[in-house]
Amino acid sequence: MAELSKTTTEREPILQVRNLVKHFPLTQGILFKKQVGAVKAVDGVSFDLYQGETLGIVGESGCGKSTVAKLLMNLERATAGEVFYKGQDITKLSGRALKAVRRNIQMVFQDPYTSLNPRMTVGDIIGETFEIHPEVAPKGDRRRKVQELLDVVGLNPEYINRYPHQFSGGQRQRIGIARGLALNPEIIICDEPVSALDVSVQAQVINLMEKLQDEFNLSYIFIAHDLSIVRHISDRVGVMYLGKMAEIGTDAQIYDHPTHPYTQALLSAVPVPDPEVRESRERIILTGDVPSPANPPSGCRFRTRCWKAQDKCSTEEPLLAIPERFKGVDTPAAHESACHFAEEKAILAV
Amino acid sequence: MLRDNISKQDEGGGVTTSEILSVAETGGGSAVPLLEVDNLQVEFKTRDGVAKAVNGVSYSVSAGETLAVLGESGSGKSVTAQAIMGILDSPPGRVAGGEVRFHGRDILKMSDEERRKLRGDKMAMIFQDALSSLNPVYSVGDQLGEMFRVHRGMSKKDSKAKAIELMDRVKIPAAKARVGDYPHQFSGGMRQRIMIAMALALEPDLIIADEPTTALDVTVQAQVMDLLAELQREMNMGLILITHDLGVVADVADKIAVMYAGRIVETAPVHEIYKRPSHPYTRGLLDSIPRLDQKGQELYAIKGLPPNLLRIPAGCAFSPRCPKAQDICRTEIPALHPVTELDGTELPGRGSACHFWKDQIHG
Repeated sequence: MAELSKTTTEREPILQVRNLVKHFPLTQGILFKKQVGAVKAVDGVSFDLYQGETLGIVGESGCGKSTVAKLLMNLERATAGEVFYKGQDITKLSGRALKAVRRNIQMVFQDPYTSLNPRMTVGDIIGETFEIHPEVAPKGDRRRKVQELLDVVGLNPEYINRYPHQFSGGQRQRIGIARGLALNPEIIICDEPVSALDVSVQAQVINLMEKLQDEFNLSYIFIAHDLSIVRHISDRVGVMYLGKMAEIGTDAQIYDHPTHPYTQALLSAVPVPDPEVRESRERIILTGDVPSPANPPSGCRFRTRCWKAQDKCSTEEPLLAIPERFKGVDTPAAHESACHFAEEKAILAV
Repeated sequence: MLRDNISKQDEGGGVTTSEILSVAETGGGSAVPLLEVDNLQVEFKTRDGVAKAVNGVSYSVSAGETLAVLGESGSGKSVTAQAIMGILDSPPGRVAGGEVRFHGRDILKMSDEERRKLRGDKMAMIFQDALSSLNPVYSVGDQLGEMFRVHRGMSKKDSKAKAIELMDRVKIPAAKARVGDYPHQFSGGMRQRIMIAMALALEPDLIIADEPTTALDVTVQAQVMDLLAELQREMNMGLILITHDLGVVADVADKIAVMYAGRIVETAPVHEIYKRPSHPYTRGLLDSIPRLDQKGQELYAIKGLPPNLLRIPAGCAFSPRCPKAQDICRTEIPALHPVTELDGTELPGRGSACHFWKDQIHG
């Protein structure tokens, strides 16, 4: 693990996210709309993504992980903050410059049933990307290119004239992946790519994604709520809670040495498919639900559900940094964690 | 019969369910299970032919017991439940054969009116998606109270008091203040609690929960499953838990039935199935879960796709995807064999619908 973190620090990040913020305004009134508040979906998120690595992002629904994905593609305009792709801030781009960057950042969506147009053939769905970026494939060459892509993702190239409904869920997700690959991107953002698939098919798609990563040296941002799959595929993992990054580190640091209480609770709540592990491990059952992002708690956002919360937590917001007590110590617990009272707690991980 | 062999005795206090799995007397007639599904067959008429969704499923649940029915989409797990509840879409669906005995009586032969009285009162169901299962234009208090007004003939005022009591019971904070709220005003976890409250309202003997926590986040999922298990224990209900998640099953179930293409392919007490699966499909499912020591390696994946129910493969339906399939698998449908140790000792409650179950469990 030490070897990996060394190599990642030496490499130049391909994507740098700094203090990314997205507030959705809440308005009142019909004719004269006035803003009465904001849903703070993403509220100051920073991380780096390196060439060829997979960064997993986990968190519960409403924590802002999908909004982050959209911001990285500039599908939503960021309220504040920067996303640097090779030194260029893409949140400020528009028009032609944005189009050029998007060629290198592609997305695979969660639901393979709604993310493919039912009236288009597979050839048109994948080929459409070349209409938008004609420089990638000359007109006469596109059909062959689409067939090549189908072959790469393990579908029969002869299926090029079929419609999405003629495929199963797993096959459709392969089509979505082929579309994501079409422009030879460097980064693919995967928003819950396997959660709509059957268990026996999930493994096939995960294997495919890992194979493609090796083959094309892709960087993945892998957003999911299934913690065991995220661990399997990720080099580093970030845990989000209510619009903020709670903890980030290598997969072993997060899963075996979590220091943020939210990460610990999340890991302990995962159902483990082994009754004996189940009975021997401690479970932390959080009380209540995630607070509304329109009105997040002061100080630390997790304090309303945290068993360690003290007065300090409600007044002072913990920053995402290596905790003071672990600084300079050679321990896997020395990774960034946004908690005043960060400490290790052994959780039998997934 | 093999599948009737597991039954749970009355439990005292905090004894874990695994310790009280034991072989029940089947001869005496005293231990009639709460629900017995016997060779149930369900089919759907479609434009392209008849889809056989359930092809001879048998299982049983006793009071206080939790049976987990595990399977992928299209395995027939939910259709079986719908047939038990009598809420099958028909047409196109139709029960083509078999019996469902509830307290020993075949409910498939009952009149619609009789079955309607059973539903809600004696057996109830919890659905996956609470938001679309609740009526958006009535307050939750109204919907909870309806159970008492319709089935018990209570007045509006009394039924409202009952609704508050129920909401307290499923630990919805400030129940009294929230009884007039509408479904959209509750979070996903709270809505699922309301669904549970509704199912429990008339203290049924049997609850069928169809993927009750699939739509919820893990931290909330743990809360809701705990609540359901606790209430079940308290009220000594039989619970059929339908799920695709091997993790959730390990949490609460006493015994498992694994379904594939409309058949049960394996039955076992919960602890044993994870240690020693006796069917290649179960083995494949367990192996395809990412494990720590496999980091950086390819995941095991069951090849191919679940079968189309219009064209179920001949012989064993799993044979085209099975790594160990032989000629006999492609021609002969395997029965649910009782699973034994090498020396012939019977393993109570275990069964495998594989011609080569011996190799699978002992090899």
